[in-house]
Amino acid sequence: MDIAFVIEKFVLVAIIFGISLVIAMYSTYAERKVAAFLQDRLGPDRAGPFGILQPLADGVKMFMKEEIVPSNASKWLFMVGPGLAMLTACIGTAVIPWGSPIAIGDRIIPLQVADINVGLLYIFGVVSLGVYGVMIGGWASNNKYSLLSAIRAASQNISYEIAMGLSIIALLLVTGTMSLKEIVDGQHGWRWNVLYQPLGFLLFMICSFAETNRAPFDLPECETELIGGYHTEYSSMKLGFYLFAEYINMFVSAAVMATLYFGGYNYPGMDWVLANTGPVIGPLIGTGVFFIKIFAFIFFFMWVRWTIPRFRYDQLMHLGWKVLIPLAIANIVVTGVVIAVIEGF
Amino acid sequence: MEPLTSKKKVLEQKPLSFAERMYLPAIFKGMAITISHFFKKEATIRYPEVQREFSTNFRGMHSLKRDEEGKERCTACGLCALSCPAEAITMIAAERKPEEIDLYREEKYASVYEINMLRCIFCGLCEEACPKEAIYLDGPIVPSDYLRKDFIYGKDKLVEQPLNKK
Repeated sequence: MDIAFVIEKFVLVAIIFGISLVIAMYSTYAERKVAAFLQDRLGPDRAGPFGILQPLADGVKMFMKEEIVPSNASKWLFMVGPGLAMLTACIGTAVIPWGSPIAIGDRIIPLQVADINVGLLYIFGVVSLGVYGVMIGGWASNNKYSLLSAIRAASQNISYEIAMGLSIIALLLVTGTMSLKEIVDGQHGWRWNVLYQPLGFLLFMICSFAETNRAPFDLPECETELIGGYHTEYSSMKLGFYLFAEYINMFVSAAVMATLYFGGYNYPGMDWVLANTGPVIGPLIGTGVFFIKIFAFIFFFMWVRWTIPRFRYDQLMHLGWKVLIPLAIANIVVTGVVIAVIEGF
Repeated sequence: MEPLTSKKKVLEQKPLSFAERMYLPAIFKGMAITISHFFKKEATIRYPEVQREFSTNFRGMHSLKRDEEGKERCTACGLCALSCPAEAITMIAAERKPEEIDLYREEKYASVYEINMLRCIFCGLCEEACPKEAIYLDGPIVPSDYLRKDFIYGKDKLVEQPLNKK
């Protein structure tokens, strides 16, 4: 392992980390703006032009707030909870391929931190780890509302992970690989997986909504029943971490959806662009396209949030176990049969 | 129990059809509605910078008027105080001195004219009662304050600016 490799990866990690934090920051702003526009309002417009400094003001506010630890809380776990939520949210970005490799001189730099051959399983594992932050925080608060919320989050995640995993199996049948890099390269140009797996995409997307605790599956933090849910007792930047982790989760799952089903950094006409723009600009254009897809998904997340009311708990379980899982299994069977027929057994 | 209305329509709950149980068509319909609002003009008025226009018959803070030569029109007849249903107006009359002829139009004037803005109901009866067209409720909304005594507005706040000071 040469030193240039270490530096290159370190720089890449720093950039991705910075970008995901900035995007999470501005997702809070975008959420408020989108909510406002969907409701014929203006949204935050006081801090800076069009209110673009609002996330900074919110961050300063969060840091300035008094830090309260409930006297009966489990102190150590109470502190670990938000950190864990943040950590599990951030590490998902490690295996996502952000663009095709950049060639500087004779050195080829892949725009992906780690191309592991079980990338899909890694993402799946990290996403399911995300519930630990919520559970630990909810349990450590020593508050019945927080605990109820933590239980809800856990059972919701378990239920929807099954359907999510099953929808990924159908995708694996199509792509034949678990490496995210190879999945993306297999979707060259227009051959996006969503065209082969529309039902799988729909199931995966619904499950992503549930896994990120977004509306209409935001039962763990439903204000009307559970006050603030698992972060009721949190204040200051610990609360900020929880809210932040939610937006990073949203960013990661948007990136995963764009990678798995919408071709990642592939776009129609990319061969011509790559051939005409050189070895650095070309891949970066692909990265830009990838980010446009991510932003479109993030907007979609928000759009859904401000449209659909929250599911009731029994409806949530009904949807997860009795609708999504049978559909996902049927999807696997149909995909398998079609592939077998096409390939002639 | 006797029915309270003559309405006889019985509402029956039908089980959801398959299309309705799919949820998705309804969700897409809802999302089409919300996105249509995305492009609508927002109803918000950015208050301190932009102010909503009052209707033409809006009644705000009172102002005591001057005539064309800048003399105060009020003659302290007391009709406004008499007509006031909230008893918000008090005044003390005084006689005009020869050197004050440029200040007051009539021989009698109000040396003290106070309106208690906490009592005032902005009905406009003072405006209607005034024979000299001296008082009009054509000002802005009365601002808030901390102390009750600060809501008793004297002539310093009520009388129009002199003509040459405009």
